[in-house]
Amino acid sequence: MKLSGWGRYPTINADLLTPASHDKLADWLRTGRHEPAIARGKGRSYGDSALAETVLSSRHLDHFLALDGDQGELHCAAGVTLAEILQIIVPRGLFLPVLPGTRFVSIGGAVAADIHGKNHHQDGCISDHVIALSLMLASGEVRVCSREQYPELFAATCGGMGLTGIILDVRLSLKKVSGVFICSENRVAKSLDHCLALLDEHSTACYSVAWIDCLSSGAASGRGIVYLGEHAANPAPVRAAPSARDPRLSVPFSTPGWLLNRYTMSAFNTLYYHRQSRHEGQSLVHYQRYFFPLDSLGNWNRLYGRRGFQQYQLVLPGDSARTGIAEILRRVADAGKGSFLAVLKQFGAANNMPLSFPRAGVTLTLDFKMEAELPALLEELDAIVLDHDGRLYLAKDARMSEAMFKAGYPDWERFMKVRREVDPDGCFSSLQSRRLGLDPESATLATNPTPANQAT
Amino acid sequence: MNILILGANSAIATAAARRYAEQGHDFFLVARDTERLAQLAADLEVRGAGKVGSAVLDFLALDQHPEVMVQVTEQLAPIDLVLICHGTLPDREQSEENFAYAQQQITVNATSVISLVTCLLPVLKAQRRGVLAVVTSVAGDRGRQPNYLYGAAKSMVSTYLQGLRGRLLEYNVHVMDIRPGLVDSPMTAQFEKGPLWSTPELVADKIIVAIRKRRHTVYVPGYWRLIMAVVRSIPDVLFKRLKF
Repeated sequence: MKLSGWGRYPTINADLLTPASHDKLADWLRTGRHEPAIARGKGRSYGDSALAETVLSSRHLDHFLALDGDQGELHCAAGVTLAEILQIIVPRGLFLPVLPGTRFVSIGGAVAADIHGKNHHQDGCISDHVIALSLMLASGEVRVCSREQYPELFAATCGGMGLTGIILDVRLSLKKVSGVFICSENRVAKSLDHCLALLDEHSTACYSVAWIDCLSSGAASGRGIVYLGEHAANPAPVRAAPSARDPRLSVPFSTPGWLLNRYTMSAFNTLYYHRQSRHEGQSLVHYQRYFFPLDSLGNWNRLYGRRGFQQYQLVLPGDSARTGIAEILRRVADAGKGSFLAVLKQFGAANNMPLSFPRAGVTLTLDFKMEAELPALLEELDAIVLDHDGRLYLAKDARMSEAMFKAGYPDWERFMKVRREVDPDGCFSSLQSRRLGLDPESATLATNPTPANQAT
Repeated sequence: MNILILGANSAIATAAARRYAEQGHDFFLVARDTERLAQLAADLEVRGAGKVGSAVLDFLALDQHPEVMVQVTEQLAPIDLVLICHGTLPDREQSEENFAYAQQQITVNATSVISLVTCLLPVLKAQRRGVLAVVTSVAGDRGRQPNYLYGAAKSMVSTYLQGLRGRLLEYNVHVMDIRPGLVDSPMTAQFEKGPLWSTPELVADKIIVAIRKRRHTVYVPGYWRLIMAVVRSIPDVLFKRLKF
């Protein structure tokens, strides 16, 4: 069947298997494997990290194992989505310690990509809250890994994009909250410097992130809105548990790609900026609206047209971040290739996981519609990122070069050491791992699957 | 509500049990696979279920039915809802070549259901309340070449329920025949899926609504009523040539 990541680029023909139990999965790994395979949760990584000839769906890993409300500890299977988790824990006064921009990701995928959220500067990545996880190796053996047991395997698995094995279940520590509301504060930033200064000034806020108008230029370049948030202190009554199901409103089919061009995007961004500017100040917002504004529109990825889009997320460390981000925004505005979604955020310190993306510095996320001129623009941006000692997020990537990857992730060899031990034959492999040189050397060279929509 | 689920590990049963668990109901689960049964019980507890009891039963072992049903009624009283979901999809070639296999398939899909209902009848009659909902299949509406043995077994249960519904009327026990169409579950893993396929979650949601509304014969999703009406109306002279 045709399969792609959330960015709908690239799309390939792949076999999607849904093993019904651990035993069936182990049997398949031991006997039936012919082609390299990769685990897949809800298909919310953007690029090709969950694409291979054979894709192993975690759909049947959808159960909870235990919830300890007093300790704030949850144990659940890897295919459970954050939406399902929230539905159960929020009414009990518990909350996920890290939330990405969508609640429709699986917890296994979240750990494999070592996701971060608007509170990275305070609370780190999801892996910082993982107590332990069970991993099925290529041999079919199940290992429970944690900081104490198999610490290197644990570190390589968090952020390891499924290349160490199949995450079966995860034990997670939750945080306690008094209600479902977020006290949100919006601040208008008139320029990139202003924006970064505001983020700096509010580094004690629990949640902070900025939307920026990536198509504005000149003095207004990098203008945007800074969103700060705290859990509302007064216990607002817990309303009916929010639905874990898909949103009602959904994009039914791919809209023509030309609808999104520099003029419509520019108009949208200007309108959005001015509209949001009028709502400066504090307000009480339901957590779903605060964290997952895009979840209210199902299949929003179809808005970018049939050829899909690429999300480009970079982090630049330390002092050079400001100049680097300014340079990137200038290039993007000059090319007129921006998007709705340009997000800026300050990260806290990096963790110990070799392939985890966040590190102290500033991260910028940009969406680009897939089109002929895009690869050249992204190459230019790559050069700027490398110049500033930065790196790109694997969960968003569909194209970076092996050299770019290895320069950005100097710990890759530490990762490969673990990978060679647990998967010497390269049983787990994705289009991404092949492109980035993350497969063991001894692995039989797999032919890439037939592309179904190769960009021209 | 006190809910008894037989064949609790089936995809539809699991999905329905999860929805009911969110509403805090009490359960007794019966299924064949011990490990998965324990897994489901823990899952339902996390999702908000009240008490969750369980018993392991191989539905083929008809002689064990009475004993397990006694265990059920001791632990779950009164029973507000009995949901019977177990079943297997027979392999056509094997069932044509090997009668022992065919008979086993009939036992799982038909005889065992009647056996279990028979064990529960005295309790249901005595409590004078409750719903008995049995998952059959649209396959029972007409015998088709790919799965006529399965269809025959399911239609046996459907016919049985039609009469039982009247018999239990005076006892205030409501009998429902739930006929799902094509459901994307482990039982149907080997088939290519098309637009007519539904997820177990969707089917479960519709079953829960139907149970609340005390419907009688339910096609899930509802469009299967129309499809099967068409399938039933095809003359035999033509139908015998159809391979679907």
